[in-house]
Amino acid sequence: MDRVTKTYNRRGSALERVSLHVEPKEFVIIVGPSGAGKSTLFKLLTREEKPTSGKIIVGGIDYDKLKDKDVPLLRRKIGVVFQDFKLLLNKTAYENVAFALEIAGIPNREIKHTVPKVLDLVGLKGKERNYPLELSGGERQRVAIARAVVRQPKILIADEPTGNLDPKYAWDVIKVLEKINRYGTTVLLTTHNQDIVNSLKRRVVTIKDGQIAGDRAVGQYKDA
Amino acid sequence: MGSNGMKKKRTGSSSSDHHFIAFERVIKNGFVSFGRNIWLAIAAIAMMAITLTILLFAVVANSTFRHTISEITSHIDVSVYLKDSVTEKQRGDLIAQLKKTDNVKSVDYISKERALKSYREQNINNSDLLEAISETANPLPASLNIKPNDPNNLGAIKDFLDKPAIAALQSDPTSYSGDRKAAIDKITSATHFFEQAGVVGIAVFILISMLIIFNTIRMAIFNRRDELVIMRLLGASKWFIRGPFVVETMLYGIVAAGISLTVCASLFAVASSTLQASSLGLLDIGYSSHYFKEHLVLILLVQVGIGIIIGAASSIVATRRYLKLNR
Repeated sequence: MDRVTKTYNRRGSALERVSLHVEPKEFVIIVGPSGAGKSTLFKLLTREEKPTSGKIIVGGIDYDKLKDKDVPLLRRKIGVVFQDFKLLLNKTAYENVAFALEIAGIPNREIKHTVPKVLDLVGLKGKERNYPLELSGGERQRVAIARAVVRQPKILIADEPTGNLDPKYAWDVIKVLEKINRYGTTVLLTTHNQDIVNSLKRRVVTIKDGQIAGDRAVGQYKDA
Repeated sequence: MGSNGMKKKRTGSSSSDHHFIAFERVIKNGFVSFGRNIWLAIAAIAMMAITLTILLFAVVANSTFRHTISEITSHIDVSVYLKDSVTEKQRGDLIAQLKKTDNVKSVDYISKERALKSYREQNINNSDLLEAISETANPLPASLNIKPNDPNNLGAIKDFLDKPAIAALQSDPTSYSGDRKAAIDKITSATHFFEQAGVVGIAVFILISMLIIFNTIRMAIFNRRDELVIMRLLGASKWFIRGPFVVETMLYGIVAAGISLTVCASLFAVASSTLQASSLGLLDIGYSSHYFKEHLVLILLVQVGIGIIIGAASSIVATRRYLKLNR
């Protein structure tokens, strides 16, 4: 159900003829130096950018045939976690997560039922009423993850979710991602953290200068 | 995410439910952010209220001018003084012919007796004149009072009255209320000037205030642009994001219209009670206030309408750049 096949050809710098196939329920780590094209890759997936050429298919949706008005629907099917959290600061943790469901037109009673469960899943029980600024970095990122997964996406994209976090909090976040992957969600993760890559023992795709430089089933972080 | 129970629930709602829920949430979020951004609201509402008030005053003043002018012009008439020798038949023919002439609204016959009577009434306090007029036989001529449809175009009536056969019946030259007409002409052209100047002034003012309202809302949205981008990334549809802003700014318009109308209503109430008797020249406050009351519902609707349009337009334009799908 969840197949990612892309071949694209971005002019020169960002990504060049990158082909990548990800199986459903896979956990893929994407590594590479800054500016290698990891973020571009994710922006293409969330349709923040359009490929210059090439084809992107996510979960059976062909991006070439995707109409602009359907982009919001696509984004609702993809959970995204950002390095800088991108939480709504004037909403509480609960409201941030609930907002993702409100957008999708989920009835109120279902929101009331679902949101606490997801906050519990990411270990934020009791923090529902806190605003993002009252939470630690790791907690904020877990709110962001809760928001990304509350709609039960088939695919979760985490762009350096640990980039701004202390190692201690970083591990909390990674554990949550693993848990989510166990429940059946495809996870795409980028990170610079060598320890995380090495201990996760997952598929590692290395991107360098806009091209795939390595793809190993159980990868180790290499200073490629 | 965590349990199968949730998964089942997700599939429950139909698409029409979605639209209703989205609509409800858009309205709700609009009201909430109206409350949370109260200072912006006050600034924008004040600006709108001023614009709407000036607009309202301009409309009422304009209609009052028009009213005053039509009042004055309705008093313009042409008096034809008849010789005492004119027979009843000649008079009847003359009236009939006059009624057939272009631009004649009505012809009123004033007999010698009526003329004397009204002369006496007009000069009731002047005993010398009354005495003088009583000493001789009635010296006042009988006359025909012609009211024209258009006081600015008396040519046809004049031509008719100047015909030798008709002129022979007249004792004195025709009176065209000459002095009055000159004054009326001046008033009319002054009013035209005011009208035109008013239209230009209002247009300029509306433009300026729209720019200010626009900018106020734009700045508010600029402050919240991250919010908009995040919503977009989470897959909120354009109208789900924009809707609350539009609702919010439309509320500004409605409140501003309410304020403007309240201010105007109380001003008119105060003005018409204190200035009732006094005349402000062309501005008949009594009429203004009457006009205002008469058209209250229409004025309210137009004001609310304009307020809503200005509010909605500025928020739609201001949010547009943050709602692009591909940044």
